Amino acid sequence: MAWETVIGLEVHVQLGTRSKMFCACSTAFGDPPNSNVCPVCLGLPGSLPVPNAEAIRLAVRGALALGGEVAERSIFARKNYFYPDLPKGYQISQYDQPLSTGGAVALESPERGSVTVRIERLHVEEDAGKSLHDRIPGKTAVDLNRAGVPLAEIVGGPDLRSPAEARAYLTTLRQLLVYAGVSECSMEKGSLRVDANLSIRPAGSNELGTKTEIKNLNSFANVERALESERARQQALLERGEPVRQVTLLFNAATGQVRPMRSKEASHDYRYFPDPDLPPLLLSREWIEAQRAGLPELPAAKRARLVQVHGVTPYDAEVLASEQGIADYFERVVQAGAPGKVAANWVMQDGMTGYKATGGFAVPATRLAGLIALVDEGVVSHQAAKKVYAELAAAGGEPREVAVRLGLLQVRDASELERWVDEVLSEHAKEVERYRAGESKLLGFLTGQVMKRSKGKADPKGVQPVLQRKLERS
Amino acid sequence: MSARAVALEVEGRLAELSARGLNATLSWSLAALEAEAARVDAMPGTGALHGMPVALKDNIVTTELPTTCGSRILEGYVSPFNATAVNRLRAAGALIACKANLDEFAMGSSTEHSAYGRVRHPLDPERVPGGSSGGSAALVAAGAVPAALGSETGGSVRQPASFCGVVGVKSSYGRVSRYGLVAFGSSLDCISTFGRSVAEAERVLAVISGPDPRDATTLDRPPLLPVPAPASLAGLTIGLPTEYFPADLDPGVKAGCDRAIALLRELGARVVAVSLPHSRYAVPTYYIIAPAEAAANLARFDGARYGPRFPADGDLRALYRATRGKGFGPEVRRRILIGTYVLSAGYYSAYYGRAQAARARIVEDFRRVFASGVDLLFTPTTPTTAFKAGEKTADPVAMYLADIFVCPASLAGLPAMSLPLGRSGGLPVGGQLIAPGFEEARMLAVAKTLEAQLDALAEVR
Repeated sequence: MAWETVIGLEVHVQLGTRSKMFCACSTAFGDPPNSNVCPVCLGLPGSLPVPNAEAIRLAVRGALALGGEVAERSIFARKNYFYPDLPKGYQISQYDQPLSTGGAVALESPERGSVTVRIERLHVEEDAGKSLHDRIPGKTAVDLNRAGVPLAEIVGGPDLRSPAEARAYLTTLRQLLVYAGVSECSMEKGSLRVDANLSIRPAGSNELGTKTEIKNLNSFANVERALESERARQQALLERGEPVRQVTLLFNAATGQVRPMRSKEASHDYRYFPDPDLPPLLLSREWIEAQRAGLPELPAAKRARLVQVHGVTPYDAEVLASEQGIADYFERVVQAGAPGKVAANWVMQDGMTGYKATGGFAVPATRLAGLIALVDEGVVSHQAAKKVYAELAAAGGEPREVAVRLGLLQVRDASELERWVDEVLSEHAKEVERYRAGESKLLGFLTGQVMKRSKGKADPKGVQPVLQRKLERS
Repeated sequence: MSARAVALEVEGRLAELSARGLNATLSWSLAALEAEAARVDAMPGTGALHGMPVALKDNIVTTELPTTCGSRILEGYVSPFNATAVNRLRAAGALIACKANLDEFAMGSSTEHSAYGRVRHPLDPERVPGGSSGGSAALVAAGAVPAALGSETGGSVRQPASFCGVVGVKSSYGRVSRYGLVAFGSSLDCISTFGRSVAEAERVLAVISGPDPRDATTLDRPPLLPVPAPASLAGLTIGLPTEYFPADLDPGVKAGCDRAIALLRELGARVVAVSLPHSRYAVPTYYIIAPAEAAANLARFDGARYGPRFPADGDLRALYRATRGKGFGPEVRRRILIGTYVLSAGYYSAYYGRAQAARARIVEDFRRVFASGVDLLFTPTTPTTAFKAGEKTADPVAMYLADIFVCPASLAGLPAMSLPLGRSGGLPVGGQLIAPGFEEARMLAVAKTLEAQLDALAEVR
């Protein structure tokens, strides 16, 4: 039987604020345990939460970037459960009246091409602390630095059909949220977390099968691995005629397997009710529209514009628009006069090498444009320009001055060119013979040899006529 | 008189009451009082409460004295911060005199549910002072302090004020910051004031009122200002809700109310009968909403981070069971169980949902009556005078019904107060005034006029 996989993801992203959701404590990552805490996030008796306006603003931006309908009135609710890293014995979240409902994420599926994943809702909540089971032998330590950190939970619909598609969704979602300035979305720092729901059903069926939920997924690659493993497990069960039970599973990255949580860990009646400490969150339509107007150009629109306006290929647009910083840099190079396609090649090749290592572009956009102009004008060869670029990146300077200093200006002087050509021809007598015997493709090889001898200074356009003339003459 | 002299006098009175076995205080010390006095004496100028000693119900956090909430689970707990109300009292020159005994976590109507023993009525040690702010009420009634802070969730200041023969004032919900009040029922909790006189309760309330950026439920209203007492009440309409004067009302209480109503008429007020038909649902409504909120509010007391941790063998759940089972008294455990039950899956709409709907009806009753031209409501504060200790402890519902007249204004978030009207059989009788939201000034002005004309120590029968 052919099976269809149905996957829905719940994603928690940390809203990129400096302070926590309901108090002024820092959200800095990696500080010593329990150093960013106060009576409010410790849940000390008598303390009260006050919402962080910036967290709300970022969550609204996220909701709008996803095309959600932001509610003018939403309600904070208490989610009740006992755990030592939950200081108040409840988490402040939202329940039946979330900040935003609806929306969609469009993505390229590896299997199905363009697909759309519906967003069911986005709500804001506070994070819990962290239980550390390996710090003190036989005991559990609790770090409450994360307690009260603002999160947006984004619940996606059951619209994904493969683990690889789930990964593509996460990549697209992350890109969107980073663009909108909502979150850093770093799984390493815990600012993006994923819970995955998966079920399978006979291909063609419209009914959903029994789903399981997988928690503890710490990288996009592991989301894909865990889903692969769970898909195989469920399929094996169904093919043996056994039912899938609705359970919560934990993924073990070391073994690549999932295991069920103990039922105690999974079965909760959270007894949600409106938090009486927090009045309804009221947002005016005008304010919401102002947030929408303040959104930057989002990745899909940017990709389309790069193709249309700058003439780059859809693939180039994908790479260039993968991060706002790359696209901005590319556009500055173009603005400084470089042709789109050439600029795209420079940014994606030489530029990206450094960007991946350092997160920045070492050569200012205007200088890269200047360098491109030098190539275009024939002042330096493309090959020499690469050396100039490396020098610009390492030590700075003006492209023309650097080219002069490094002696890389292209030589068009006929006598010099002829000297290099003569030397090459005399050194490669065999190839010359073969060329004359009809192997005309050796012209490229010989041109290369001349370029090499000139240390890249020869103008390739000038070299070939000289070569051809000399080869045909005798 | 220097604050130091005041402090020494207060210390002497607290020691004397302690020796008498009133059991109204949970913590105080000469050293702390002297430090408070030194601070006040060093203040430049004089604040609105300069040199006034004020007792605090022990569910209001202070850095200088422990905050136990009358519970074993917070035995010895000292807060690292002061409540906003405490900061405002201190800034106005008040001296924090002591922490007063209370029903555990403010759950009770007699101050018999304190883990540190019951408070005795200052006039009759066999009787209760009311609750849950019974310690604060008793200290004011016994003359230890001119004013005290209590807290109300469902009448916990007005009811003991009535029993003890002092003034108790609850403001509109949102008028006084709850920051630093250990939460019981957050949508109902109000720090409220006791005074020997209306003016004293009012002065203290004025100082602690006003918006607080630390409490998102405070409203953007300026602090209260003390108001003068009018000579005449002409032009004022006082409503008497018929539901608050049942046939079985204690005769002494009825006599006290009748005398006050006659006086209101004499002073020129128009007195009309009105109806608040949904007030009869106030106590059951309250006993769903308050425990639901309390069950969540008290979840933090788990022995993991502060307070005593009771020894347990086994897993995390065993720790919770031991600490919460031994740390909380029976009344608190009862309300946590009720609150957990009414919020459980499958029961939410039947209980919590319906209670919210009932609450909306109770609110609407008040709105309708006040919109009909009624300026204030007058009712008895309690159905009886102070009852005997042990009389209602075996019957929680009988105990809950002691708050039948004070609960509705709490659910509606309205300003309300209790004023001594006289004595019946030697025990104080209290009358309640209820005002529209944020009309505290109107209520307090009328109370001052009544107070000036009534002999609150005279028998009313």
